[in-house]
Amino acid sequence: MNGVTWAAAGVAADFSNEPILASVVKAVLIVVFLLTSVLFAIWFERKVVAAMQLRPGPNWHGPKGLLQSLADAMKLLLKEDINVTRADRVVYLLAPMISVAASLLVFAVIPFGPAVTIPFTDFTTPAQLTDFPVAVLYILACASVGVYGIVLGGWSSGSTYPLLGAVRSTAQVISYELAMGLSLVSVFVMAGSMSTSQIVSSQTSIWWFIPLAPAFVVYVISMVGETNRLPFDLPEAEGELVSGYMTEYSSMKFAWFFLAEYINMLNVSAVCVTLFLGGWRAPVPDGFLGDFLNTGWLPIVWFLVKVWAVMFFFVWVRGTLLRLRYDQFMVFGWKVLIPVALGWVVVLGGVQWALNVAELPRSTFFYLAGGVVVLVLLPLMFWPEKRRRAQQEAEPEPIDAFADGYPVPPLPGQKLPASPRFGKEVAGHDS
Amino acid sequence: MTRDPKHESAGYQPLRPQATGLGEFLAPVAGFGVTFAAMFKPVVTEDYPRKKEAPQSRYHGRHQLNRYADGLEKCIGCELCAWACPADAIYVEGASNADLPENAGAEPGALAADSPDGAHMSPGERYGRVYQINYLRCIFCGLCVEACPTRALTMTNDYELAGNSRAGMIFEKQDLLAPLTEGMLAAPHPMAEGTTDTDYYRGDVLGATQAQVDWVTERRPDDETLDAAAAVASGSRPGPAPRQHELRPDAGPGAAEKAAGEAAAGSVQAPSAQEPALDAAPEGAIR
Repeated sequence: MNGVTWAAAGVAADFSNEPILASVVKAVLIVVFLLTSVLFAIWFERKVVAAMQLRPGPNWHGPKGLLQSLADAMKLLLKEDINVTRADRVVYLLAPMISVAASLLVFAVIPFGPAVTIPFTDFTTPAQLTDFPVAVLYILACASVGVYGIVLGGWSSGSTYPLLGAVRSTAQVISYELAMGLSLVSVFVMAGSMSTSQIVSSQTSIWWFIPLAPAFVVYVISMVGETNRLPFDLPEAEGELVSGYMTEYSSMKFAWFFLAEYINMLNVSAVCVTLFLGGWRAPVPDGFLGDFLNTGWLPIVWFLVKVWAVMFFFVWVRGTLLRLRYDQFMVFGWKVLIPVALGWVVVLGGVQWALNVAELPRSTFFYLAGGVVVLVLLPLMFWPEKRRRAQQEAEPEPIDAFADGYPVPPLPGQKLPASPRFGKEVAGHDS
Repeated sequence: MTRDPKHESAGYQPLRPQATGLGEFLAPVAGFGVTFAAMFKPVVTEDYPRKKEAPQSRYHGRHQLNRYADGLEKCIGCELCAWACPADAIYVEGASNADLPENAGAEPGALAADSPDGAHMSPGERYGRVYQINYLRCIFCGLCVEACPTRALTMTNDYELAGNSRAGMIFEKQDLLAPLTEGMLAAPHPMAEGTTDTDYYRGDVLGATQAQVDWVTERRPDDETLDAAAAVASGSRPGPAPRQHELRPDAGPGAAEKAAGEAAAGSVQAPSAQEPALDAAPEGAIR
């Protein structure tokens, strides 16, 4: 397929004059960018979490401890590579590779910026390795394949904790990718495309996180679940499963899982920026200072700033929240996130239909929308609260405080009888 | 969001005042504000190996065997510390001052056991010839310090007690003995003329005397402590101050440059001025 037909299929970036060499150079640059970003991300996370906990964090190797992650990587490289005897050897070795390979793929379709001109030449090329009409579907596919690394790694280790971690990971991805996919659907609806460059260029006037705020919130929550980060790090939950799926991995194999986890953080951050936060667009109204801010190399800076802002949010969440209990986590995914995401897609579809297909006048539409909102909220105001109050005012059951001959605490709904000492004056106490 | 009625039925009363209005609405995510605000607060940890902070002055660190102002040791080898030690970490062997090799030339019986003349390591009859503390056993309870009748044994602020061999963790007398401060005269030498060990204990000896300096000059003319001690004896300089514990120098990359930079900026006080001295009280004063 050549560039002309791609453009017709709704891809904004122009890849018609792309020589093979340019693609190779871009691919290498992306891998280098990801690997160095991971080193920086580990340092960044440790520093920020440390600051939130009133301690200095890594500060020994290199200026401000910047080389700490490099030292850690070297340590992992030189460690003994242990292979578990009971492991299914081929799958056991393959799993970390699947994780890393899948995580490296996503950035291929992420636009770092608009078309850029290589200095001292007149060669112009999009700051993006490639793009196609279903680029975001490709991203979701890569994320799903990456989970195979976790699942197979946990299964092939021949050990209990990794298996539990893998099972959790499977359940987690199924539940949270549904919500994530549904939240992305509303972006597709608004942008009219699944191509990343087209989605960025559709955010010229307003970034999608404002009109699609509910979808944005769902995406942000599910992206944390997708990357196994706190408070959703159940597949590796140290307190429960040692390290979950990577318990039996050591040395470089462990480092690969670790690498994949951090690349995945960068991936979902970049997707969040591209789909909801305007991609590489400058955080000022369009046309401010002319075209200067949104052309050439400068947009790459905006993109990176936004990605690291999302990364900061990841770390902030980690520093603030505790890990969820597993059943609460599942309840939250299935009973809250998915219905909300689904409902939002239906609402958005209705709005789009009313405005674009039925072509209702704006004023009529807003009156209708207001009426619907009132109709939905009205029963809610009377419903659950009143019923619970009535239940609660029922007489508390009498409690047998010495059931079976031992003192027992009251069950919910029961009330302890007043203490025999209640109301007595305490000897020697004036009041 | 109103209060959960389920909790009320169980008699639950929140202990802290509950937020109202906007605060109540934001309460579930208030933790984010806490962590964000914490980023702009100063760190509470110490920059330990790079910058060593003195612990509290009563800290129970490594022991020190102190000296009187004329350089004689306070330890009399009584072994009370070893008897008091609940961990059996201390080993002491006492010996008679009269048996010092410096006194070998004297006729037998010429030196009475409690004579102030002749070479002394400590005032009075006996001194601690062997003194060992095993820091793999010591629990730093300080009972030895309480037991010491001459206040020879005190504890410093030195908390850096790590080693790579068992034998190395048994500190010998030379490791524990307080170094001579400027103006002290190195032992052995006679007690100050006309004094008894009680005078020493009361703190009446404030520095080396001329007779002691002469005694040492005669026997060890190139002793390094002689000049300062002679100055003390002649009254041209005050008696030596008791040695104060100093922290070891800072360690780690950049520590030297950092220290130099801070010294240039004049922000660093001398360690002895900074630290409440462990044994800064006048000799013999009851603390």
